[in-house]
Amino acid sequence: MSSREEILAAIRANRPKLERPLPAVPHFDAAAPSSLLAMFKESLTRMGGQFLDPPASGDPLAPVRERVAAARIVCSTVPELAGNRDIGAVRAPQDLADVDLAIVRASFGVAETGSVLLSDRDLKLNAVGYLAQHLIVLLDPAHLVFNLHQAYQRREFRERHYACFHTGPSATADIEGVLIHGAQGVRSLAVLPIAGKAAGGRPP
Amino acid sequence: MASVGIEVTETDLGERIRQLDDEDPSHVVVPAVHKLRTDVAEVFANTLGTDPNNSDVHYLAESQRGATRPLILEADAGMTGCNFAVAETGSVVVCTNEGNADLSANVPKLHIASIGIEKLIPRLEHLAVFVRLLSRSALGSPITQYTSHFRGPRQGGEMHFVLVDNGRSARLGMEEFWTSLKCIRCGACMNTCPVYRRSGGLSYGATYSGPIGIIIDPTFNAHKYSRLPFASTLNGSCTNVCPVKINIHEQIYAWRRELVKRHEVPFVKKAAMKAAAELLAHPTAYRAAVNVTNAALEHLPRFVIYNGLNAWGKHREVPHPPKETFYSWYQANRGGKP
Repeated sequence: MSSREEILAAIRANRPKLERPLPAVPHFDAAAPSSLLAMFKESLTRMGGQFLDPPASGDPLAPVRERVAAARIVCSTVPELAGNRDIGAVRAPQDLADVDLAIVRASFGVAETGSVLLSDRDLKLNAVGYLAQHLIVLLDPAHLVFNLHQAYQRREFRERHYACFHTGPSATADIEGVLIHGAQGVRSLAVLPIAGKAAGGRPP
Repeated sequence: MASVGIEVTETDLGERIRQLDDEDPSHVVVPAVHKLRTDVAEVFANTLGTDPNNSDVHYLAESQRGATRPLILEADAGMTGCNFAVAETGSVVVCTNEGNADLSANVPKLHIASIGIEKLIPRLEHLAVFVRLLSRSALGSPITQYTSHFRGPRQGGEMHFVLVDNGRSARLGMEEFWTSLKCIRCGACMNTCPVYRRSGGLSYGATYSGPIGIIIDPTFNAHKYSRLPFASTLNGSCTNVCPVKINIHEQIYAWRRELVKRHEVPFVKKAAMKAAAELLAHPTAYRAAVNVTNAALEHLPRFVIYNGLNAWGKHREVPHPPKETFYSWYQANRGGKP
């Protein structure tokens, strides 16, 4: 017998004899706030992320352009902004190790937790979301859900090979409980709310 | 893996400290929680070549980042664990705060996920419940910084899942103990346990410490971990905080019975328990014994108290006996009054 068959046989033999039908899980969304974006901003900030308020008038991408100008190597996967490291030409994830700033667009966001979902389609090369020193995420405010129960209804979890909730930057408190951002992955994560171009508009 | 010549590098800061110092983890969420910054400075100075006099936490964390990243870039394979595996989609879900799992899985060509078979849950709708439970029970945050869903390999990469049994399927058949398989490794039971909080995780001598360790370690090796279920006051705090409602303190008690049945409890302990039961059932005899013992402790020479027969005198001083017991004080001051 292969080890797989052994394990399966042992599980079949030892299954507790319980009559417990699978429960239907409610969405727990009765208390959804009127402004998902305000809630998202608060949650994100609490988790160490930065919320970039778009300027009242003029170029909505101004806060991002400032950061692009200050960075040496910039890798962008969004049509709105150009970087100087073409991700389409990158052959191996290792070639992204020197990227200072990456810019990507999230599939959607979760207000309750302040999370943005980055899938393999959003990242192009998954490693860019972790090897870059800093990450800027564009998020369409129309693509916000209230909580994780709603989030897991989304098709990305059934369609994408890889999808990851980012909630603030990489963090650790492994030494004496002292909170440090930039443990292994990005040192900072900033989210700019901005509607996607036509191609970016994805139905939930 | 090291025994077959594979070099393994832990990428979580706490795990890396533990690995460099060749220790067991002392906590399921924060493995190096027992170390002070100066301890970490010493470990890193000896292994990573950092400044032994610099114990600034930011410096130490940054040094580890700088030392580990090149290793990830050169690695042939990245290994992750698995917090939840979703049957509906075939996805493996990994929760970290450092992003080290995503680096390990997304930089090397090969990703191997090691999955305890009890991590399997039916559907995505159930995943929502567990993701919400995990971090709030572990750290009090609404979610971990990274919650990663791996459903297939990335282009040009390979992904392999290894399902680990290691005694779990056998535990499933143990009527009193199978619910310990519900554990999501949040560590809440450790954080609340009065014994764990005093003794620390290393004293358990096992990978899993604290209340949850007490009830799952014997399923891996009942002989080696036979003493752990006795290191509890059965106060039930662990059961009260457990987010998946495992009756931990009841299982600790049940393990004591099970270990006696399996003859894993030494004769001396059993004889002592029998004598204690006899004594505690007879108040007059008990009080006489207390008086004699207290008087004896006061006057006996050290070699009688500190020897191999008295485990309480190993590695520590026996406390001074009180001048008066509560019972004798009560009798003298309130005796006979309602």
